[in-house]
Amino acid sequence: MSILLGMRSLWRTVDRDTLRDIVLVCLADAVVAVSFGAIAVSGGLSPWVPIVMSLLVFAGGAQFAALGVVLAGGGPVAAVATGLLLNARLLPFGFAVADVVGRRWWTRLIGAHLMTDEAVAFALRHSDPRQRRAAYWVCAIMLFVLWNVAVVVGALAGGMVGDTNVLGLDAAFPAVLLALTLPALTDRGVRDSALLGAAVALAAAMFLPAGLPVLLALVGLVALLRRPQVAGAQIDPDWKVS
Amino acid sequence: MPVLAIVLLAAGTYAFRLAGPLLAGRITIPEQVRRVLSVSAVVLLFALVCTAALTQGHAFAGWARPAGVLVAGVLAVRRAPFPVVVIAAATTTAVLRLLGVP
Repeated sequence: MSILLGMRSLWRTVDRDTLRDIVLVCLADAVVAVSFGAIAVSGGLSPWVPIVMSLLVFAGGAQFAALGVVLAGGGPVAAVATGLLLNARLLPFGFAVADVVGRRWWTRLIGAHLMTDEAVAFALRHSDPRQRRAAYWVCAIMLFVLWNVAVVVGALAGGMVGDTNVLGLDAAFPAVLLALTLPALTDRGVRDSALLGAAVALAAAMFLPAGLPVLLALVGLVALLRRPQVAGAQIDPDWKVS
Repeated sequence: MPVLAIVLLAAGTYAFRLAGPLLAGRITIPEQVRRVLSVSAVVLLFALVCTAALTQGHAFAGWARPAGVLVAGVLAVRRAPFPVVVIAAATTTAVLRLLGVP
């Protein structure tokens, strides 16, 4: 009962604009999730693999990266390592949103599992603690439900669609991630770091195993050191989604 | 993909997620470090976008996929709704492949 009341107050606390944006992001992610399920099954995996993976891992980037390794003929060790390297970013995210995940042990356990780029981005959009908390939880819960339902749909459809590349489904994941990241790049310090990091990652992708190049992108952070005072003043910790 | 691999990936991911909420109360993070952490997240995500859009294994992914992602970027800058952005990306890539672009 108290959980239901808590949910109701969360819904009321989120402002209409944020709620609309959350719904739109979740719908876009649902398309990505359909593509994940379909790509996995049309690549020869059993439908339960993408479904169980989505429920337990629940991280689009790592799911796609691990799937890519498996479908490219890589071993399970490489797939796990790639996924974990990508998900290392959740560690700093966790500190950034620790205040909204909750003080009770069980909300922390649940809130942590539902942590995604999207929920973190929506939480960081607000400075008011109640708004932050509500935006995080509404996005987290809605995305968990929609993402997993959509993966099931994709996995079932994947058996029927022969080649998912014909439908351009491989463009869906980078597209939604780009749309989420672009607003943060309006800040010069962030943009310089991101561009430098991406260049390093792309060069590394030509010879390093999948997953490592993305982590190497952190080299791009040196762009922040170049103009320390300006960077300190300009980098907004509450980078906005839109 | 064996069950053990999925479980290991899930367990490791959960540990990354839980560490922040559990340790944040005991460790206070200075403002400067917080800033670097949030910039790190953007840097990692943007690198993921670029490698996912442009590479396939150790090679160039072909023009169709990055073209679709580029269309998505333009639409996102123009504040098109997210579902429109994603569907436009997939459609662009699909149409280019239909026309014979790799």
